[in-house]
Amino acid sequence: MIYLSLFLSFLKIGAFTFGGGYAMLPLIEQEVLAHGWLDLPQLVDFVAVSESTPGPFAINIATYVGSQTAGVLGALCATAGVVLPSFVVILIVARCYLAFKNSRVVKGVMSGLKPAVVGLIAAAVLSIGQAVLFPAGFGWAVFNTAAFWCSVALFAGALAAGLCKVHPILIIACSAALGVGLGYLGVWPA
Amino acid sequence: MKQNRLKIALQLFGIFFQIGAFTFGGGYAMIPLIQRETVERHRLIDQSDILDIVAIAESTPGPIAVNSATFIGYQAAGVWGSLAATLGVVLPSFCIILIVSAFLRQVMDYAVVRYAFAGIRSGVLSLVALALLKMARQCPKGVVPALLAVGAFLVSALTGCSVLLIIAAAAVIGLATYLLLPRQEETP
Repeated sequence: MIYLSLFLSFLKIGAFTFGGGYAMLPLIEQEVLAHGWLDLPQLVDFVAVSESTPGPFAINIATYVGSQTAGVLGALCATAGVVLPSFVVILIVARCYLAFKNSRVVKGVMSGLKPAVVGLIAAAVLSIGQAVLFPAGFGWAVFNTAAFWCSVALFAGALAAGLCKVHPILIIACSAALGVGLGYLGVWPA
Repeated sequence: MKQNRLKIALQLFGIFFQIGAFTFGGGYAMIPLIQRETVERHRLIDQSDILDIVAIAESTPGPIAVNSATFIGYQAAGVWGSLAATLGVVLPSFCIILIVSAFLRQVMDYAVVRYAFAGIRSGVLSLVALALLKMARQCPKGVVPALLAVGAFLVSALTGCSVLLIIAAAAVIGLATYLLLPRQEETP
């Protein structure tokens, strides 16, 4: 049953990712790819869409995956799944939040989660990097293509812009414009 | 009192709907707006509450935006307040993405859109890499955190190990080292 499996997958994502935003990406990547709801390039494309539309990434991706796989009801199930754990946990924490804030258990768990999330995102960068730079799989022939070097140059430029605090939406808009220009020059493979 | 809570709940819905509809970039980008609307303009919660929101939203699972909305809603008007605020912050995203998803696949048939996304993918790679740098900078320093980060990376990149399992293992190791090892200075 697709509705249940959307709900449960996103419930898992909502319940076991800490830090929000891209910290949720590794588990989202795992769930969405394992079910075949999106492939990696589609996920990367949607990250761009999500950056360019308002709202939190987790809600956006849940709604998108849900509606692509099972229409409006699917979107509703996935979004409810990703929101529910937050909602319930915060309701509990809000009642005893001084105890929560000073809890040594919470501090201890977080001291392990924060670095692990960094490692997991590094792995996500690696797999997204593979999908972006070597879309047809790795091979030495790739280094002879204009598409590869243009992608590397775009990545480096965007990284530099980001380090100079250029707004993400502007980075996406500029890389889109450059992508279109390079496309009409015949850089990207058909 | 009941009447008052209903009024506050409606107000919360409106505030968070607006925040959900007009902030790009998710949770962290919302915090300054949340503060302006709920503390300074409408005085629904105290300044001291808002300071704890980031800390609590980060140490509970789920999206920062949903965590903050639920927390503030509860502080201001109980369970109904939290429901109203959470619905408000989710609804704009939900509607906008429903519309986007209705035509995103179709527009991919146009060459110009495919070219645009060929460029955008490099941009997204840089955005995720930047998020990685930012989180690495905010991460606790020391031998155990470094080992955990490298370990999580290697296990995730080299084996097909479930992300859930890695997260659970890191939580247990973090808890054990925090409680058992002699305490270094507390991170603020």
